[in-house]
Amino acid sequence: MILQALAFYAFAAVAVASGVMVIAARNPVHSVLFLILAFFNTAGLFVLLGAEFLAMILVVVYVGAIAVLFLFVVMMLNINFVELRQGFLHYLPIGGLIGLVLLAELVLVGGTWAFGPEVRGAMPTPPIGERTNTEAIGDLLYTQYIYLFQAAGIILLVAMVGAIVLTLRVRPGVRKQRPGDQIGRKREEAVAIRKVTPGGGI
Amino acid sequence: MLTIGLAHYLTVGAILFTLGVLGIFLNRKNVIIILMSIELMLLAVNINLVAFSVHLQDMVGQIFTMFVLTVAAAEAAVGLAIVVVYFRNRGSIAVEDVNLMKG
Repeated sequence: MILQALAFYAFAAVAVASGVMVIAARNPVHSVLFLILAFFNTAGLFVLLGAEFLAMILVVVYVGAIAVLFLFVVMMLNINFVELRQGFLHYLPIGGLIGLVLLAELVLVGGTWAFGPEVRGAMPTPPIGERTNTEAIGDLLYTQYIYLFQAAGIILLVAMVGAIVLTLRVRPGVRKQRPGDQIGRKREEAVAIRKVTPGGGI
Repeated sequence: MLTIGLAHYLTVGAILFTLGVLGIFLNRKNVIIILMSIELMLLAVNINLVAFSVHLQDMVGQIFTMFVLTVAAAEAAVGLAIVVVYFRNRGSIAVEDVNLMKG
């Protein structure tokens, strides 16, 4: 029990601290690295909660794909970050005020709210000795939520096509191979036979 | 204090969500940090969903966390693509000039 509490406080503290650093770091590359740290610690929290599959998905998808994508874009764009930092302190009072109001609202909601007496899970979690977390998710995802699962696939496909279409650049004046033209050309377009008289030239 | 319950996880989620909102306000000029703040907010939502899922012994919360992850991935990909195109056209990613994109 005490070990679990210690692990929770360590993960939560590092996650919150790296969350602060994400929005406060001067260099966006550091922001991305702190975002990765926050994801890792949240994965630790998920493991503590018993959601191992989601913890691993978080590491693989978020750290392995999204955070690296952020890092790639931050490093690819040659941005003057000092200029973008202007106005940080200018927005601090209003931003801090809104953040405080939001946090106070969340605390008020969380403090006064309670479960109704008849609340029960719609899909009870099977005991961990019977079904592992991954199997339990699979049981539900591929039966009851199959349409949502397919819709998620469509969303990813649309995002992929959208990102490719947005960033694809067709540059005019670039010489590249066109196999269709090469195959489709005729003998008459390529070769002309001339009768050359000796000593006359063409 | 030593027994970790639902309230602890909800607190972490609330703090991370507030940090995400704060990040959007503080970094008004940097689109990339704004996108990262949105990721932070979605992460807080995921923590809430998983905490409730475990507390209520209900698997649906974890299923929905996966869908939130999907949407977050799609959003990050398209958002970063837009940032790249915008930077290619304008040479900066200042959000204040983004309204030049319309029309």
